[in-house]
Amino acid sequence: MRAIGVILAGGNSNRMGELSAKRAVAAMPVMGSYRAIDFSLSNMTNSRIQKVAVITQYNSRSLNEHLNSSKWWDFGRKQGGLYVFTPTITSTNSYWYQGTADALYQNISFLKDSHEPYVVVASGDGVYKLDYNKVLEEHIKKGADITVVVRKMDPSEDDISRFGIVKCNEEMQIVDFEEKPLVASSSTASIGVYVIRRRQLIELLEACAKEGRTDFVRDILIRYKGVKKIFAYKMDSYWRNIGTIDSYYRTNMDFLKKDIRDYFFREHPDVYSKVDDLPPAKYNGGAVVNNSLIASGCIVEGTVENSVLFKKVYVGNNCVIRNSIILNDVHIGDNSVIENCIVESRDTLRAGTVHKADPGQIKVVVEKNFRYTL
Amino acid sequence: MIKKEMIAMLLAGGQGSRLGVLTSKLAKPAVAFGGKYKIIDFPLSNCINSGIDTVGVLTQYRPLRLNQHIGIGIPWDLDRNMGGVTVLPPYEKSTNSQWYTGTANAIFQNLEYIEYYNPEYVLILSGDHIYKMDYEVMLDFHKSMDADITLATYEVPMEEASRFGVVITDENGVIQEFEEKPEKPRSNKASMGIYIFKWSVLKEALQALKDVPSCDFGKHVIPHCHERGSKVVAYDFRGYWKDVGTLGSYWESNMELVDLVPEFNLYEEFWKIYTKSEILPPQYIDQEGTVRESIIGEGTEVYGEVSHSVIGAGVTIGKGAVVRDSIIMNGTVIGDGAVINKSIIAEDVQIGKNVELGVGEEAPNEKAPHIYSFGLVTIGENSVIPDNVKVGKNTAIFGPTEAEEYPDGLLKSGSSLIKVGDLA
Repeated sequence: MRAIGVILAGGNSNRMGELSAKRAVAAMPVMGSYRAIDFSLSNMTNSRIQKVAVITQYNSRSLNEHLNSSKWWDFGRKQGGLYVFTPTITSTNSYWYQGTADALYQNISFLKDSHEPYVVVASGDGVYKLDYNKVLEEHIKKGADITVVVRKMDPSEDDISRFGIVKCNEEMQIVDFEEKPLVASSSTASIGVYVIRRRQLIELLEACAKEGRTDFVRDILIRYKGVKKIFAYKMDSYWRNIGTIDSYYRTNMDFLKKDIRDYFFREHPDVYSKVDDLPPAKYNGGAVVNNSLIASGCIVEGTVENSVLFKKVYVGNNCVIRNSIILNDVHIGDNSVIENCIVESRDTLRAGTVHKADPGQIKVVVEKNFRYTL
Repeated sequence: MIKKEMIAMLLAGGQGSRLGVLTSKLAKPAVAFGGKYKIIDFPLSNCINSGIDTVGVLTQYRPLRLNQHIGIGIPWDLDRNMGGVTVLPPYEKSTNSQWYTGTANAIFQNLEYIEYYNPEYVLILSGDHIYKMDYEVMLDFHKSMDADITLATYEVPMEEASRFGVVITDENGVIQEFEEKPEKPRSNKASMGIYIFKWSVLKEALQALKDVPSCDFGKHVIPHCHERGSKVVAYDFRGYWKDVGTLGSYWESNMELVDLVPEFNLYEEFWKIYTKSEILPPQYIDQEGTVRESIIGEGTEVYGEVSHSVIGAGVTIGKGAVVRDSIIMNGTVIGDGAVINKSIIAEDVQIGKNVELGVGEEAPNEKAPHIYSFGLVTIGENSVIPDNVKVGKNTAIFGPTEAEEYPDGLLKSGSSLIKVGDLA
């Protein structure tokens, strides 16, 4: 094995609003039956990377629950495995992770104790398929110190100014790197996936730590761009970051398109997730379902249009769910109307609840009521 | 030292020939049920939910699919360091190598397996029933009765009792007499084929009966123990229990799942049924698609109309297609404009465009009227049905078929078109 993997899944995003109150972005449920981190984890295992560390910090309960067994992604081997690192108090350090570089530095022993020559660093909030081996091959061929995976973003897809914007020369060497610029000078952005030689990374992290620097992008990529050979690897397939309510909503809705579904779910390689053993979805008499994704364990008795129903959702009689995302284990009482909303997981909506929002202003619904059982 | 209180031996070697083409390439316990499960998932899930973590699965007839499904037991949490699930096929010996000739003979040939775990009790199960049962409660009953053998029984309607082995008990549930498929039954307590034995009693009986040809639990072992004075008691099971031995009962019990509140409820929080599921993504219902009174598995895409049906995972229902009162298993593709009435379609079948299944008047099947009846169309796995053909009732199709094989574009009611498998 040539590389180990590190997934940075510690982040909170305040642009996720109420949705991030109970989980890190990487643990966000997506596409009905997955969690955001499944995509990076599946990419790791599909790239035959066997040893992967997930670094978490912000509200990691939900993420830990999801990662309670590593066998769903085919880790959990004698060679390798899945490691989850949360900040710990040590004799020399009692701080939380101060930044991405600091998070790596605090777990530097994981890097030092490995023998694989390369490290693939990925983030836990991207929805994409990527063979990291191809990036690694390119990295070796170019003799790069660091390779950053970049993608040309379409301003209609997402707000470009929330990404790291790169500029490259003809050889794809990165000549300019701006983190979240007010005005983006190019539409090529980093997707937060890096390949780097393990010893090189250790060296850079130690140098950073000595100077009290903590951020991987600002203090390593940007600071060393003239010193080290930092190359870009261009990917052009589907990639979305789900770090804002708007992008989260749109990414889920993308999966109502056949070509995107086929690309992720019917083409090799597969995306893996924790198996929940729920029964198949059930449609009773009053069910009217159009252009929607329905996950297992759902029971539908009302109307569902242009929506994504996550696992174990109950839609009562006479309900109308339109252009909405209903997260796991939500119970929607009879005669309710939900339009342009994201309903938080484990909510219970009483009969006759109405939540309507404008298409451009997706509303997050959090309703904790006592759930009456039959 | 290894010590298990109770281990289970699951008999999964039978063909289940009354399921016709469904079991011509796989054993009955590996047949799909309820949209995503296989029949063997029910006893296996019952085991782990009852706290039994050591299960020997006895296979014989076409075991490939079962082996693939069971693997090392991960879906049922039966991947254990000590115990777990072990598949036990017949094996060669230096003298008298033989197949499993009967239910008890199969257990007899695996005495060493049981011996290894040193159990107090052995639970004997069969792999072809749909039910949820807590074997631990049955064991408690067995202990409280101080029984040597406990036999689970189920009250069937008196008029059907002659199809089963029935038991006659005293007021305490101690069995006095057995009747195997009696013409005039004196009791309606049918044996479910589920037994708890004291290991010492079972071992003694199997060794004593080792030369009996086709040694069977119901016919030989239980009567033998009874005659020798063992205490045999009946454990009266109430709850859903269904033998899915015929295409009709198989179809019916699947259809019961789509009732508003089904008698056999898969949606209960506790007592989950586990299965190996490779397909994870949610299902998609298209703008033009409609679904009513149906259950549908993961990753299925519906562009047509589905009503009162059980659809597996990874199925595609084409545009304008209509599926009614049918069972469709994983990976099958229903072509655009096809009309499917009261059919059972196995895994990975290709149904062409504008095909019509289940047309015309009923006629008894010419070759196997006892198997293909109930007005069903039954199609075996990996079959191909060409575009624009019509298929009548009580029919069976298995294998890749071509338009020429349908005279005037029609397979008459009561015909069979079986091109692959042992029945070809």
